[in-house]
Amino acid sequence: MLDTAKRKAMLRQMVLLRAFEEKLEELYQRKAMFGSTHSYRGQEAIAVGVCSALQSSDLIASYHRGTGHLIAKGADLYTLLCECMGRAEGYSKGRGGKMHMGDMAFGFIGNTGTVGGTVPTATGAALSAKVRGSKEVVISFFGDGAANQGVVHEAMNMAGLWKLPVIYVCENNQYAMTVSLEKSTAVKQYSVRGAAYGFEGKTIDGNDVEAVYEETARAAAKGRSGDGPTFLECMTYRWDGHFGGDPGTAYRTKEEIESWKQKCPIKRLKEKLIAEGHLSESEFQKTSDEVYADLAAIAERAEAAPLPKKEVDLTSIYAPLEVSHG
Amino acid sequence: MANAVSVPATKEMRMQEALREALRSEMARDERVFVMGEDVGLFGGAYGVTKGFVQEFGEQRVLDTPISESAIVGLAVGSAINGMRPVVEIQFADLLPLAMDQLASHGARYHYMTGGRVNVPMVIRTKFATRAGGGPSHSSCNHGAFIHFPGLKIAMPTTPADAKGMMLSAIRDPNPVLFFESHYLYGVRGPVPDGDYTVPIGKAVVRRPGKDLTIVTCGGMVLKADAAAEQLQAKGIDIEIVDLRSLAPLDKETILTSVAKTKRALVLDEGPLIGGLSAELAALIQENLFSDLKGPVVRIAAQPIPPPHSPPLVDAMIPDVDQVVDAVMRMAEGGKLS
Repeated sequence: MLDTAKRKAMLRQMVLLRAFEEKLEELYQRKAMFGSTHSYRGQEAIAVGVCSALQSSDLIASYHRGTGHLIAKGADLYTLLCECMGRAEGYSKGRGGKMHMGDMAFGFIGNTGTVGGTVPTATGAALSAKVRGSKEVVISFFGDGAANQGVVHEAMNMAGLWKLPVIYVCENNQYAMTVSLEKSTAVKQYSVRGAAYGFEGKTIDGNDVEAVYEETARAAAKGRSGDGPTFLECMTYRWDGHFGGDPGTAYRTKEEIESWKQKCPIKRLKEKLIAEGHLSESEFQKTSDEVYADLAAIAERAEAAPLPKKEVDLTSIYAPLEVSHG
Repeated sequence: MANAVSVPATKEMRMQEALREALRSEMARDERVFVMGEDVGLFGGAYGVTKGFVQEFGEQRVLDTPISESAIVGLAVGSAINGMRPVVEIQFADLLPLAMDQLASHGARYHYMTGGRVNVPMVIRTKFATRAGGGPSHSSCNHGAFIHFPGLKIAMPTTPADAKGMMLSAIRDPNPVLFFESHYLYGVRGPVPDGDYTVPIGKAVVRRPGKDLTIVTCGGMVLKADAAAEQLQAKGIDIEIVDLRSLAPLDKETILTSVAKTKRALVLDEGPLIGGLSAELAALIQENLFSDLKGPVVRIAAQPIPPPHSPPLVDAMIPDVDQVVDAVMRMAEGGKLS
């Protein structure tokens, strides 16, 4: 079970994820970052709950709304911010931007802007884990929109067939860009699809970080012991639009957005810890202030970092032969 | 007024508006036409082209789809075969490869492989252009890849007028038409003729007449070619610009007529240099006009790297105006021009 220290660490982590999205929004507004944002505000409990339940050797694959997953898995904030701002010291040397990164040094397979594109990749990493007997578990993060891509179905069938150690974490924020669930999907809950591929599917409250943690820990133990994949559908809501500049109100009502803000995952854990006597409002405020201040300092440093040179390095296309890919 | 020559009235508008006008009028004229794609309904499309359509034509003819590019294109193929005229939006050209099998190995081939018994009258609209912030999955110029698939027609309008005229032709065409819309051209305004104005698919246009050297190009690169031509005019070099408008079928006649006149050709493409459109054009010109040419055909195209995110890397990848000017100056070396 989760002890208080772990729960407090998860609370702090969720605050950091939110602070990060707010920082990106600020950078986007004053054109200090290139490309769009895809805010994770409101969904923090999923990244934090899932990644807190993993071992450091476990792997994740992410998608366009991925900054939260990376931070929760252990990304370096300076390097990540540099990439968001197209700096040479970013994870991808400015080549990828926040939608296109990857670093196996902390178990991050990669993310792309192609919806659903990393679901088979994650499944392949799980195939490797099984073949090598490594006991690694792989998390495939994707949204409800991605769930309707053909390749997602193909990959899940193979995962079920071969009992691969992969957990499909579907972050169901109920809108595929602007198209609602009922207008895009024939079933009410995606979790029923697990049955179609021969493994367990479960819908959980994605704004309850403790529940996300517990379910992930259980599914990971199952995967590690050779009992195959799990489909975890985490119900949640993104507070902001799909991308920077989309207020998110052309296809959602203000009342709906407000009602989900009341279900804020940070507020929820914070109030619970306070009610249990493990946290005070002032202690929380102090933590939050620290997180925001630290992040502001890092962002300032990243913004001052140089852009890449204006040059094409054709040797960057292929991995050099002397470097092993493992 | 008596004896007045009838000149079609025009309206100034941006490319998105011209596309909207074409789609809207064709949906009103032909009930077989419907639009389908991600966010095309309530949201009016990622670029606003189908804004207001769901209110005007209803959800039966303006279909918001799941994020399922392969099936979207596959269903368009099937509905086209069975009597409809689908116009599909794929938000980024980078996502076309998701639908490659349905588009290139199915849609493009039905007419030929069935001995002409089955036709696929559909349009796939997509946005392209390499730009800062798009990165490897949202800013590809992969149009060159599609010229490898006979059976597909490929349109790439440059002006709002062409966008309208070619869209009407594309919808009425009995073949699948892949319709590339440049990010850089969406915001450019221009006069658009009123009424039923069509521009044929497969017909290039001389965008700027000149006598010294032909630049063959398409899409957003037409603007850069024109900016270069302005600079070169001041240096006494008179550039002719051929805007392809369609990549398939390729209008060989317009290209070769121009180069036969100027005897020098520069091919300018936003897609990657290797194995793409620029190679095809250079080969076409040299095969047909080798003995007339005063020098080799020069190619300027994107560097063969995945489209990057950061502005300096993007600037280093895609052709710029100075590169075109410098290349023409090198081709003109020795004062042989003019």
